[in-house]
Amino acid sequence: MEVLEHQERALPQARPGTRVVETGERAARRSLREQIARIERELGHTFAGAYPRSGLEWGVPAMAGPRVLGLGELERLRDDLAARLRGVRGDLARRTEREEECRRLIERMMLDPAAYRHVRVSREDIGERGCGHWHVRPRLGLVGMMMGWWRVKLSSGCPLARGLSPPPPSEWEDEAVSARRCRARRGRLQRRGPLR
Amino acid sequence: MEGSSEAEGLSDVATSAGWVDADVREEFPELRLVTATLDARPGRSPDGVRQRLRGLSDRFRGSHAVTMRQDPIPWAYRVFYRHVGLDPDADRTPVEAAAVERLLRGGFKSRNVVDDALLVALVETGVPVWALDADRVRGALGIRVAGADERLGRDPGAMPVPPGRLVVADEEGPVAVLFSGPAAGHGVTRDTRRMTLFTIQVANVPAIHVEEALHTCVEVLRSR
Repeated sequence: MEVLEHQERALPQARPGTRVVETGERAARRSLREQIARIERELGHTFAGAYPRSGLEWGVPAMAGPRVLGLGELERLRDDLAARLRGVRGDLARRTEREEECRRLIERMMLDPAAYRHVRVSREDIGERGCGHWHVRPRLGLVGMMMGWWRVKLSSGCPLARGLSPPPPSEWEDEAVSARRCRARRGRLQRRGPLR
Repeated sequence: MEGSSEAEGLSDVATSAGWVDADVREEFPELRLVTATLDARPGRSPDGVRQRLRGLSDRFRGSHAVTMRQDPIPWAYRVFYRHVGLDPDADRTPVEAAAVERLLRGGFKSRNVVDDALLVALVETGVPVWALDADRVRGALGIRVAGADERLGRDPGAMPVPPGRLVVADEEGPVAVLFSGPAAGHGVTRDTRRMTLFTIQVANVPAIHVEEALHTCVEVLRSR
């Protein structure tokens, strides 16, 4: 298989020792595009690092593309992306701080459950996947509550996986099913004979 | 408008570089359009292709979808989307759209040999490929900015294209908006006997991936 490198030859080569200096708006646009690419890369890394946390806002409004954006539009896009990155990082920092507090709370709950009666911390609170939670509950229900027998229960909590639900039956299918049931019922009654 | 067309070897199918309008090329010097035309008919995918899609589905996992935007090629297309004013989180890049569909539907579903060929190429290389009815293409394909009062395709009911949009066009007019499917009347139909495959190469996408995407498409289309 040959490699499509033929178009590279179309670009003029600068002589050794010469510096190509771009002036005007085009150079500014090129620079802005490079900045946008860098911010997009950082957003990608932050997005992957943020998983499985949900509820973070990642979107940056489109600009009625695809088209060649002007200098002002590229500047606005760069600023919007930078603001989005800053915002997401701030949110993530606050969340991770809260998650760390929750982890410490779980440790304290484990060490002294009686001091944290009925406290419940979910996996989501510590930035993990799943529906499990740590819950301080009494042993043996009311008896344990009165005797002060408290412990931390870790529940997996997730319901069983279920696939996509089947599509709702159409009106015709409903009628067909009810007619079939009627026929079956009538058949059963006839087989059973007359009521005594 | 600058034209460039060179034939490249791709088994027995030649690929050629389409033209890129001078104004567009000045802004995006690494933007390329590469085409390949071959005799192929649409229809049901053979078992081998269905099996290949199942294999791709099995290898593709949720974690891959999350980390995808860090990978060089999906990232390159995301960046280009940003550069041309698209939001890749709203108008997903083709490979991300395929990934989301895989997660929602539980697998890459087989539709027909043409769609399957494009999907296999996209998932394996990250490079999107589109197919046109070759008999509806006039001259070489290229990328340019849409002018005033232009329509998308040559059907009587063709929709107008807003001026300034980046489009894939032949000698007679736009046949697709960049990164969108073909205009009505230009896509592959049951009567198609020759297809023109085209792909868009953006900055930071190696040429070998583009070549591989087209090669994969041709291979799948020829497997019937």
